[in-house]
Amino acid sequence: MKKIEAIIKPFKLEEVKEALSEIGIAGMTVSEVKGFGRQKGQTEIYRGSEYTIDFLPKIKMEIVVADDKVPDALTTITKAARTGKIGDGKIFVLPVEEAIRIRTSERAEAAV
Amino acid sequence: MFHSQKLSRIVVLWLGVIGALIATQSFAQQAAPTDPIATLTGSVDGLKIAGDTFWVLITGALVFFMNLGFGLVESGLQRQKNCVNILSKNFVVFAASCIAFFFIGWGLMFGDGTGLIGLKGLWMVGGTDNSPATGDAYKGVYSAINWTGVPLMAKFFFQLVFAGTAATIVSGSVGERIKFHAFIIYSLILVGIFYPITGHWIWGGGWLAKLGFYDFAGSTVVHSVGGWSALVGAIILGPRIGKFSKDGKVNPIPGHSMTSVFIGLFVLWIGWFGFNPGSTMALGDGQLISHIFNTTNLAACAGTLTSMLTAWFYLGKPDFSMMVNGCLAGLVAITAPCAWVTPGAALLIGAIGGVWVVFAVIMFDKLHVDDPVGACAVHLGNGVWGTLAVGLFATKAAPGSTLEGLFYGGGFGLLKSQLIGIAAVGVFTVIVNIIVWKLLKATVGIRVKPEEETEGLDIGEHGQNAYPDFVVTQPAGIHAGAQKT
Repeated sequence: MKKIEAIIKPFKLEEVKEALSEIGIAGMTVSEVKGFGRQKGQTEIYRGSEYTIDFLPKIKMEIVVADDKVPDALTTITKAARTGKIGDGKIFVLPVEEAIRIRTSERAEAAV
Repeated sequence: MFHSQKLSRIVVLWLGVIGALIATQSFAQQAAPTDPIATLTGSVDGLKIAGDTFWVLITGALVFFMNLGFGLVESGLQRQKNCVNILSKNFVVFAASCIAFFFIGWGLMFGDGTGLIGLKGLWMVGGTDNSPATGDAYKGVYSAINWTGVPLMAKFFFQLVFAGTAATIVSGSVGERIKFHAFIIYSLILVGIFYPITGHWIWGGGWLAKLGFYDFAGSTVVHSVGGWSALVGAIILGPRIGKFSKDGKVNPIPGHSMTSVFIGLFVLWIGWFGFNPGSTMALGDGQLISHIFNTTNLAACAGTLTSMLTAWFYLGKPDFSMMVNGCLAGLVAITAPCAWVTPGAALLIGAIGGVWVVFAVIMFDKLHVDDPVGACAVHLGNGVWGTLAVGLFATKAAPGSTLEGLFYGGGFGLLKSQLIGIAAVGVFTVIVNIIVWKLLKATVGIRVKPEEETEGLDIGEHGQNAYPDFVVTQPAGIHAGAQKT
């Protein structure tokens, strides 16, 4: 099992969710985060003084999938989340040691 | 037996009726008017007093309501972590103002005395007074305000809410870093001592009034006094952590709720319909109060539009908070001249105020005076402008006006008096403020510790959160950009 963490632009969430659902990945955890990479931020002006917002709002999406589903999931997320403009985000893949479904106590692949 | 009981009851009943008839007849004969005209005149006079009293009290209530406006504008323009503290300051300052003005403030301001200060009837509005008698019929120690035919308590309440307004102006510029108890003590001194002194000079029959200085509803008495105080307070208190970088850069610290600011603005606007027209303290024939409603409103609208355009062209976008400052600037600017200028002049006065306030905000920032809400730009900057505007735009064409400013053929006389008044009130207020703030700094302390300022005064001063369910996502409460110190 692998955990896929995807940092994406907030307005792409719906699209990515639909696309993942189409390949059979129906569960995920989503959080609102702030961050930046090469996309520097934006300059705003408040009461006559300029300031840059370094941290831009993003969505962090976390899914845990069986090993064989990982390549499909990565392609799907990348395709759905891409705009081609700077700030599209990043995806990270991490190993998962164990997974448990709380309701039924199922483990490993049966739990995701 | 039954028969005699019933009979005696009937006798007693009829004796009672006859007795009552005799009593009322003699009473009626004593009260019977000998002159119907005198009765009618008395009733009309009574109606006038009743009407004027109603007017003074209802407009006073509108000015009272402005405390809500100030609280919302100020808290909206500052960070969430200080919201409870800002609201508390605006809340307690009114209560404290009432006590101070009741105990001594009214007496110093309106008591008969010298050209500088009231001396009679100082304590608890207790001086001899036969209001609503006016003019020569007035017998009492508050002669400066004997021109309005309303009861003493109505005069007191009306002036009280104006004093409260001056005090609450200061809470804006000292926000996010002042100690709560220091602010309370300061406000007691402002409303109890030095606001009444300058107020005595102008509305209490003092030397500025005798000089021919005019301020209809308080651009100087209320707004400039509040503005000077706000300025000195902000300077002596020092800027918020992170506001100015070591290299001199000005870092914005955005407010947490423009919705609050919007609500507050409209509450202040409607409150001004009490502030300005109410200062006639008489319904009159309706002409003057109607006139003032319109000069007030037109100035506000003009200020809104010109500040919007100024921000749009000079800063790149129509900054909402600048527009709010612009509207308020127009209102402050028209406060002194409202009764004596034409509607057209009111538009111009408000328009100039709207442009000036945008530049004033930027100017105070460049001078490294940290004023989170623009109190100095709005109330000081435009309090002065409004007072000057009397000397320029006053005209006899306004209902009942006897004043004539420079642009209407009145020459420089009025303008000169206005300048003297602005300078005198400015010098006095600044000096007193320096003394008071420095004294407070040396005794009770005026600024919170840096850790408290960073955590937020809501926790530090009050032990509570304004919105416990809303997580602040900015690091450590200082705006991300402002961290570059």
